[in-house]
Amino acid sequence: MSTNPFHAPPPSDRDTLAQPPDHKSQWVRFNTARRYATNHLITGLAVLSTVLVIVPLVAILIYLIYMGASSLNLDFFTKIPAPVGETGGGMANAIVGSGIVLALASLIGVPVGIAAGVYLAEFGRGKLLAGAIRFTADVLNGVPSIVMGISIYALIVKPQQHFSAFAGGVALAVMMVPTIARTTEEMLATVPHAIREAALGLGVPKWRTVLSVSLKTASPGIITGCMLAFARVAGETAPLLFTAFGNQFWSFKLTEPIAALPLQIYVYAVSPYDEWHRLAWAGSLVLIVMIMVAVTLVRIYASRGVLKGAS
Amino acid sequence: MPPAVTNFVAEAAAAPEGAPSPIRQFLNARGSGGTADGVFKGVMLLCGLSIFGIVLFIFTILTVNSKLSLKQFGFHFFVHSGWDPVSGDFGALPFIVGTLETSLLALAMAVPLAMGVAIFLSELCPAKLRTPISFVTELLAAIPSVVYGLWAVFVLVPLMRDSLGPLLFKYLGWTHLFDGYNFGVGILTASIILAIMILPIISSITRDIMLAVPTSQREAVLALGATRWEMIRTGVLRNARIGIVGAVILGLGRALGETMAVTMVIGNHPEIAKSLFAPGYTLASVIANEFAEASGDLYLSALIEIGLALFLVTVVVNAIARALVWAVTRGAPARTI
Repeated sequence: MSTNPFHAPPPSDRDTLAQPPDHKSQWVRFNTARRYATNHLITGLAVLSTVLVIVPLVAILIYLIYMGASSLNLDFFTKIPAPVGETGGGMANAIVGSGIVLALASLIGVPVGIAAGVYLAEFGRGKLLAGAIRFTADVLNGVPSIVMGISIYALIVKPQQHFSAFAGGVALAVMMVPTIARTTEEMLATVPHAIREAALGLGVPKWRTVLSVSLKTASPGIITGCMLAFARVAGETAPLLFTAFGNQFWSFKLTEPIAALPLQIYVYAVSPYDEWHRLAWAGSLVLIVMIMVAVTLVRIYASRGVLKGAS
Repeated sequence: MPPAVTNFVAEAAAAPEGAPSPIRQFLNARGSGGTADGVFKGVMLLCGLSIFGIVLFIFTILTVNSKLSLKQFGFHFFVHSGWDPVSGDFGALPFIVGTLETSLLALAMAVPLAMGVAIFLSELCPAKLRTPISFVTELLAAIPSVVYGLWAVFVLVPLMRDSLGPLLFKYLGWTHLFDGYNFGVGILTASIILAIMILPIISSITRDIMLAVPTSQREAVLALGATRWEMIRTGVLRNARIGIVGAVILGLGRALGETMAVTMVIGNHPEIAKSLFAPGYTLASVIANEFAEASGDLYLSALIEIGLALFLVTVVVNAIARALVWAVTRGAPARTI
């Protein structure tokens, strides 16, 4: 066998790896194993935590739907609450009351919210003022709803000396404005500039362009954004506690205390009567279905990524 | 008699203010003048400014209405722990402690899980699963507080009283955190329901922030031979850490102000207790519970002052959180609830 180094075959990668490892490569190998083990461990933990979160949450959702569905009947939609001790009864007055309060809230909150969104998207691009408004709207979104409740109480209920549906509507309207403004802005931002330019190029004035081109193009998204805000405030209890106050009977006047679905659920949930608990479950189901519809529609209309996490 | 003019430019220049040209008249009639645009912009701006107006209004009206209590107690209100409406002795310390205790406990439970969910959703999840899971998360974030409260009253409270509570006492009793009688309602139950409520919010915002990290960052780290976790740690988490802190603080803000569900399960007792089983009280729940029956101006004004404190704290917390989240997502901010 020649010892001539030129005759020896060149060492391949496989050969080097097959060599008995020196100290350093053993460490490298150990390190690689450790890195892969960490990788698998973390992946496992992430999957585990997702399962730990999603399964109970879905279980809660299913439980709510199940309890609601088993307590819901036609009486719920047609009758007013029965006196304590009697079975039956429904939440018809609370549903109508919620409808009245929400209609008033939408009447005030939706136009103002959309207009604020139009300012942010169409007039305020890149302006400091618009940035400040945007920021304030996001901060306002995080202000607890009970604070809105006591503010409106101090503004309307206290001077008038009585609770009223009107005060409840205003409280909810104030909560709708920042949400609607932000969704409208984001929806308008998805309208291509070329469409606006085409309208302006034809000599259409700016206000007309905004109303019949930008808003019209973005309208499905804006409508669903409004629905989402609507569904959100429909479930709000805290701002209504000291404004609409609740009512066990029919009431259609804006100047009187009025029943509302979330209020009724709260009162019934903390009451000691089984019959009332049943009605509370049924009421929750109505609220949940409303929110499910709104969230689903938003997902259908909004392009992915625009309304993520909006709720 | 005016001289006959044939030059249109001169005519336009010399036209009296009272008589605009027919074209101008036509345009104005269609609303194409500068006035209509100016009015429209003004109205939109006014509605935009209404958002500032709301914040100012809340601050002003709460300050004015809590003047009585602000004057009588001063700063002492926030460090004093008496709450006796009958003798007119008011201090907000038990509520502040209760709020911080429940919120921080809820964060401690929710944040690790939310991070896991966000990592799974943004980095590991098969594309087929991503949409349904994020849909469910959104749905759960939108369920009203009172419905979670209802669930907690009828499911979580009995669970806590009969199985979870005794288990905790048996294995963690040595910490003395679980002493005293276990009613089912209390600080711990409120923290758990809060954790359940803020989990979807924190995880969906964190996911948005992680998705905002450019893919090239991930590819670069992977190309250097990193494992997936190393890629997530160095390429994603390190870039997104400011925004993730923001998401957590946003969850904190939500937990601080959460009212109905907490009111229904915390037990409503104004006392600072060492045990997590003990009933407590939070800033929001004392308002919800006692405001309607507050008799006397001082009582009412003390409750409104608590509301003012809650407002200021949540505004500061949310402003910090938003600024952090915006720093990462840059103009495409994650939205919340």
